Amino acid sequence: MLTAILAITVMALIFGLLLGYASIRFKVEGDPIADQIDQLLPQTQCGQCSFPGCRPYAEAIAAGEADINRCPPGGETTIQALADLLEIEAKPLDDECGVEKPKTLAVIVEDRCIGCTLCIQACPVDAILGAAKQMHTVISDECTGCELCVPPCPVDCIDMVETKINPNTWRWPDPAHVDLTLEDQS
Amino acid sequence: MTKPLGSFPGGLVLDGQKKRSTYDAIRKTPLSKKLILPLQQHIGAASTPIVGIGDKVLKGQKIARADGHVSVYLHAPSSGTITAIDEQPIPHPSGLSAQCITLETDGEDRWIDLADTVDFTSLSEHDIRQKIREAGIVGLGGAGFPSFIKLNPGVHHTVETLIINGVECEPYITCDDMIMRERADGILDGIEVMRYALRVNNCVIVIEDNKPEAISAMELALGRRQTKLQNTTVVVIPTRYPTGSEKQLIQVVTGKQVPSQGLPIDIGIVCHNVGTSYAIGRAITHGEPLISRIVTVTGTDVKHAGNFETLFGTPMHELLSFCDTHREPNEPFILGGPMMGYNLSGDHLPITKTANCILVGVDNAAPKTDPLPCIRCGECATACPVSLLPQQLYWYSRSKDLEKTQQYNLMDCIECGCCSYVCPSKIPLVHYFRFAKTETMNQRVETQKSDNARIRHDNRLERQEAEKKDKEKRQRQRKLALAASKAAKQKAEAEKAAANQTQSDNQEQ
Repeated sequence: MLTAILAITVMALIFGLLLGYASIRFKVEGDPIADQIDQLLPQTQCGQCSFPGCRPYAEAIAAGEADINRCPPGGETTIQALADLLEIEAKPLDDECGVEKPKTLAVIVEDRCIGCTLCIQACPVDAILGAAKQMHTVISDECTGCELCVPPCPVDCIDMVETKINPNTWRWPDPAHVDLTLEDQS
Repeated sequence: MTKPLGSFPGGLVLDGQKKRSTYDAIRKTPLSKKLILPLQQHIGAASTPIVGIGDKVLKGQKIARADGHVSVYLHAPSSGTITAIDEQPIPHPSGLSAQCITLETDGEDRWIDLADTVDFTSLSEHDIRQKIREAGIVGLGGAGFPSFIKLNPGVHHTVETLIINGVECEPYITCDDMIMRERADGILDGIEVMRYALRVNNCVIVIEDNKPEAISAMELALGRRQTKLQNTTVVVIPTRYPTGSEKQLIQVVTGKQVPSQGLPIDIGIVCHNVGTSYAIGRAITHGEPLISRIVTVTGTDVKHAGNFETLFGTPMHELLSFCDTHREPNEPFILGGPMMGYNLSGDHLPITKTANCILVGVDNAAPKTDPLPCIRCGECATACPVSLLPQQLYWYSRSKDLEKTQQYNLMDCIECGCCSYVCPSKIPLVHYFRFAKTETMNQRVETQKSDNARIRHDNRLERQEAEKKDKEKRQRQRKLALAASKAAKQKAEAEKAAANQTQSDNQEQ
């Protein structure tokens, strides 16, 4: 009887120490769920979700403080991906945040730009290049299409232009709808 | 070569329909009044124009330079005037437009002075590759990958075998067959150059057994050069689709498999098409850039089917009318073969470097029927030459589960169309796979872009934080300095006051 108690106690102690050591040795830095959510967000940093950027929104979702349907640039695809990750039901996009739109790029009408640098300060990804009283321009490869530069412009010289599809970015259309309609008939 | 041939799983034996276009010798397409030259006729970055509107150019003159590493030069196919550099419809499954140079020909067809040709053995491998790049040569089998890159094995690889692909397994297409029959010597010129550039000893010219004329022509030409081209042999292989596909061909000839997502060079093999070999021969031994190619025009609606040496940029409708084609205004026609080709959006599109065949009307074409549900018969898996599971891939592509399609190695699909061909439910399987492939590629690009945006955003936040701290620090310093100067001032004033006091005290005394 005594040996059994002793043995169990010793074993409990050993395993306890082992677990304690493991929790220190293999400690996970940061919040892995927030990281995973952040990976799925489109990183436009537009703030339409009412959070100041994608990372804060990801943290809010991870903490259960925000819904997953507040990201218009990500749209349905992102909501679906988030729902899959968090194993919850997907839901339609929250109208409050905006509507899903085709991808756009900011383009500065260079004749009209007065070089006020306000758009440079507004751009969350440093995609606008220029200096005070010099013409500004958008680095189109870096622009996320967040539209944050549009309202501060005092001369209204920034246009949001829809990105054009060229043969290199073209995608084969989804053939699925063909047999889906067939299934509906049957 | 006495080694027994290897094999690959699946594949199909198809009705070749080759005789239709091999009655006549290769003919030249008449010079068109207007040539439209897309700046991107190859895999990689589009070329950059080096001519302006209104410039007069000569035949063979460079009109666009390679931009970036994976790119080649583009040349004027005839003499004339550049009339436009703008977006024009190009032959592409999307039917979209891209940047093109339009050349109005003057009918003189005057060549530019070609550089004196030198013995290529006096050149370095690098010089040869550069010449091939400047001659604008890309793989003429259909993919259009810049050839000079494939002639650069790099320091980590040694090439054991050079395979010259004369297989042409797709039905109807005969341009490689005809070039082997008529221009065997030119092909051998190219082989000599490539063997020298790759420092490779072994070379096999692979031809399917349904092209006896091509086999004898190549063997005859080879026999005359036996001293120069040692260890070069013609290998005849059984006719089976898709043996002409690079990886399948390597498997048949050497028995070795190119690793998934790998390149032939990884197993010491370089593979070039016979047409490419001919073009390389012309470029190095005659100094001629690539300005034309052999195009097969065939199909049930073509009266005088055959092979035509056509300048790049020639509008397809001119070629079609030249061989008396009865095409209804809206009848679809195919660029490439019936298995891997795609429908074109119109007949005013130009012939490009990758246009091997124009097909108008397919014999025994399957009537267009709506696809039926998949019955999981497994026929597609049996036919697949890369041992994939098309029925599973179909399922995941349809539900847009892209991650799952990757687990089932979708990217190894060569889009040969065997699965669609055998499917009893007539499901357009390849279409699904193409869809899932481009979606996946697009997703990768998007992920890369969003990762980039995240980094830039984080950097910006960090910078703003640093700036804020800096500002605070400066403010604090300024405050301290202000306080110090104030104290000093007060002290000085107090001293002054004290001094005044003593002075007035003294005066009073």
